[in-house]
Amino acid sequence: MIKLAVAQIDTVLGDLDANLEKHLAKIDEAVQAKADLVVFPELSLTGYALQDLTSAVARPASAEDPMFEALLEASQNVDVLAGFVELDSRNRFFNSAAYLSKGEILHVHQKIYLPTYGLFDEGRFFALGDSIRAFDTPLGRLGVLICEDFWHASPPYLLWLDGADILLFMSASPGRGLDTEGALESARWVEHVAQAYASLFTTFVTNVGRVGFEDGLGFWGGSVVFDPHGELVARGPYHEESLFVSDLDLQQLHRARTRLPLLRDERTELVQRELTRIRHSRMPGSRGPRKHSE
Amino acid sequence: MTQDEIKLEINPSLARKILTGFIRSETTRAGFDRAVVGLSGGVDSALTCALAAEALGPENVLAVRMPYATSTSESLDHAELVIKLTGVQGVTLPITDAADVLLDDIPNDQQVRRGNIMARMRMIVLFDQSADFHGLVIGTGNKTELLLGYTTQFGDAASAINPLGDLYKTQVWQLAAEMGVPEVILEKPPSADLWIGQTDEGELGFAYEQVDRLLYLLVDRRHSPKDCVEAGFELKFVETVVSLVQRNHFKRVMPPIAKLSNRTIGYDFLYMRDWGT
Repeated sequence: MIKLAVAQIDTVLGDLDANLEKHLAKIDEAVQAKADLVVFPELSLTGYALQDLTSAVARPASAEDPMFEALLEASQNVDVLAGFVELDSRNRFFNSAAYLSKGEILHVHQKIYLPTYGLFDEGRFFALGDSIRAFDTPLGRLGVLICEDFWHASPPYLLWLDGADILLFMSASPGRGLDTEGALESARWVEHVAQAYASLFTTFVTNVGRVGFEDGLGFWGGSVVFDPHGELVARGPYHEESLFVSDLDLQQLHRARTRLPLLRDERTELVQRELTRIRHSRMPGSRGPRKHSE
Repeated sequence: MTQDEIKLEINPSLARKILTGFIRSETTRAGFDRAVVGLSGGVDSALTCALAAEALGPENVLAVRMPYATSTSESLDHAELVIKLTGVQGVTLPITDAADVLLDDIPNDQQVRRGNIMARMRMIVLFDQSADFHGLVIGTGNKTELLLGYTTQFGDAASAINPLGDLYKTQVWQLAAEMGVPEVILEKPPSADLWIGQTDEGELGFAYEQVDRLLYLLVDRRHSPKDCVEAGFELKFVETVVSLVQRNHFKRVMPPIAKLSNRTIGYDFLYMRDWGT
């Protein structure tokens, strides 16, 4: 059994100290609740619509950095997944997430799909991440994706194949699409896809959303946890801060995959073969022949 | 078929939750805990006032009535109704004397010029009240009027934050009903009340019900004008609306700055207003 704490928080735009302080307080709360892991939203240490603040709030994912020093210390008692702007050694900035456990940085995920359309402008400010890896933790093998990453079907699929039994999604998604329903269209969409991944991959899936406003952009919260049967385990409130703890019964993986052996039956070689064919024959910019015989 | 895509009905309680949260957040992080709203007696300002009262507490909201000599007594009465209903503080500051200094030189038949002076005079009073009451000016403009440019630049369009700017007029009515805005305000014909007999729909030449549907297709659903004509809207009407939206875009943006340096406000000096808050 894993106790997962979901920290659905608001952030202060560009104020690392204020956000760090809130993280440490929420981590304390999670420890009090005897959680094994506390997960924060996308860019939880910086705020979302950073624009020209991006370079000013960028920090290396390193124990030498004071912000990480404080978080690593806090991670002695509970694992922590938090979002930040990562500064790499070549002075590039990534929309990243760091998984900390027992004083160590176990994994950093750099967002691989940067939405640059509609109200989004991430590609203007961030460098593209280039890897999708599951990673081992004391709690099992996990996978992390950031918002737009899971609007594409392939990253969750790859993490599933790479052994992740718990998918941790982090979002800072401005709410949009007001109609007659009780939740915004964007909230419903994210919930649908999180549920679909849990069902299709027979894994645990959580999406941690943030709340609050940045100018007129309002973040809806509504964090969700789904079990390997695709059933809703918990949902955070809409538009309000919350920290809630869900029990993930890992035995459910056993039962779900007995009932539905989708992972066992997944034909990765066929996928790879067909993907290679498609890449060579059909995808834009392909150098291969337009018609490729099988 | 396209007509079936038009979905202007909203969940008013969700809109209420988001907009009160917006007002609370954007007011307090700007360093205020109070707000000032110009109350005309119409539905937009009544709704704004009700949302502000709910967001900040009625004692923290100042509703300012700013009648001109030709304003109808009905407008004042309806504004009074809203002040009583929401429990906000109210003050009445007529603009007649101040506006007449300028209006005396403008012939009566130049209604738009005269109307703009009244709207801008109200802006001056409202921002002065903002300083006196230590409250942020909450705007009352809706999406329909912003898109059509049916607003006075630096007049009624001037505000610190604008909670209704993404709601069409017909959606404003839905939310106003949810917030308990009196029927008499919901049901009267919308009017800027700048001159006797003025109504929005009379001046614009079409009904909100109709234009909101068209704007929704053009803006929200990204349909072409041609699609809209095929969906049954009259060509002339579509052309008029498309032209209004385009011609009035200047009212919706900051004045362009001529770029000279390597870093210029608006182009490559980019920060949210909530920077650091």
